[in-house]
Amino acid sequence: MADVFDRVKDIIVDKLDVEESKVTLEASFKDDLDADSLDVVELVMELEDEFDMEIADEEAEKINTVGDAVDYINSTQS
Amino acid sequence: MLQGKNALVTGASRGIGRAIALELAKQGANVAVNYAGSEAKAQAVVEEIQKLGGKAFKVQADVANESEVKDMVKKVISEFGGLDILVNNAGITRDNLLMRMKEAEFDQVINTNLKGVFVCTKAVTRQMMKQRSGKIVNVASIVGISGNPGQANYVAAKAGVIGLTKTAAKELASRNIFVNAVAPGFISTDMTDALTDEQRAGMHNMIPLGKLGEAEDVAKVVRFLASDDANYITGQTIHVDGGMVM
Repeated sequence: MADVFDRVKDIIVDKLDVEESKVTLEASFKDDLDADSLDVVELVMELEDEFDMEIADEEAEKINTVGDAVDYINSTQS
Repeated sequence: MLQGKNALVTGASRGIGRAIALELAKQGANVAVNYAGSEAKAQAVVEEIQKLGGKAFKVQADVANESEVKDMVKKVISEFGGLDILVNNAGITRDNLLMRMKEAEFDQVINTNLKGVFVCTKAVTRQMMKQRSGKIVNVASIVGISGNPGQANYVAAKAGVIGLTKTAAKELASRNIFVNAVAPGFISTDMTDALTDEQRAGMHNMIPLGKLGEAEDVAKVVRFLASDDANYITGQTIHVDGGMVM
């Protein structure tokens, strides 16, 4: 199974229609990947489905960068 | 017109909600019939739809209760395989003059009639965003625009629904989700049957078309707003009131 970052990256590339090279751990969804707030909500939904988990609203609000998402998922999958 | 579409109608066991459920079913939609307390009446609506050859089932939930609503939406999606249309119709009245209205009467009506619309809308948007399509139709009321003595709670809730409709329409338009409202005037239902003859005569004088509306008059507009014929309409409140408020 691909590692978490790769799986997250695939979803971001697909959903936000951005170049794969732009999707780094440091990339901010809103500033670097041109996502609006609804895009981020949608992305969180996709991640929940991909990783079969529920991300509470309070946690979802803290996810600003690709790294935040990967870290959060890793913290729940161990 | 709605062949193969999957719909959830809240408060569909009687009155306008029942008429909406039947109208959507007549146009080919599968319909989940939500009810709060009237199980037997909801079952009758389900059977009527099945007689028309449609798919339907009843589902109990208090629309103001988020966890019940989430379970309901899950059930509808698993039963039908998707959800294309939500009609927020469930509503109650606790009429009283402002000076006599109890806090509980105000809260109950706001909870069911306004918060219920928020809770149900929120619960279905996940599925609709994924589908990249959806139609939400809210049943407001003409008194939400004009005001009405004795109904401070109801009017506040219905005016709130109209504002909520506009905001949801703006937030969700980019995902191809349409949110509109209908504002029925005086429609002949259990709610208006309780009126006295004198009140009734007074009402007729206020209505240019000179008569009460029927639940089907509202249902047909809802059916239109829920269909692809309304694909350039969102955030609107359509008055179905015989011309009473213009």
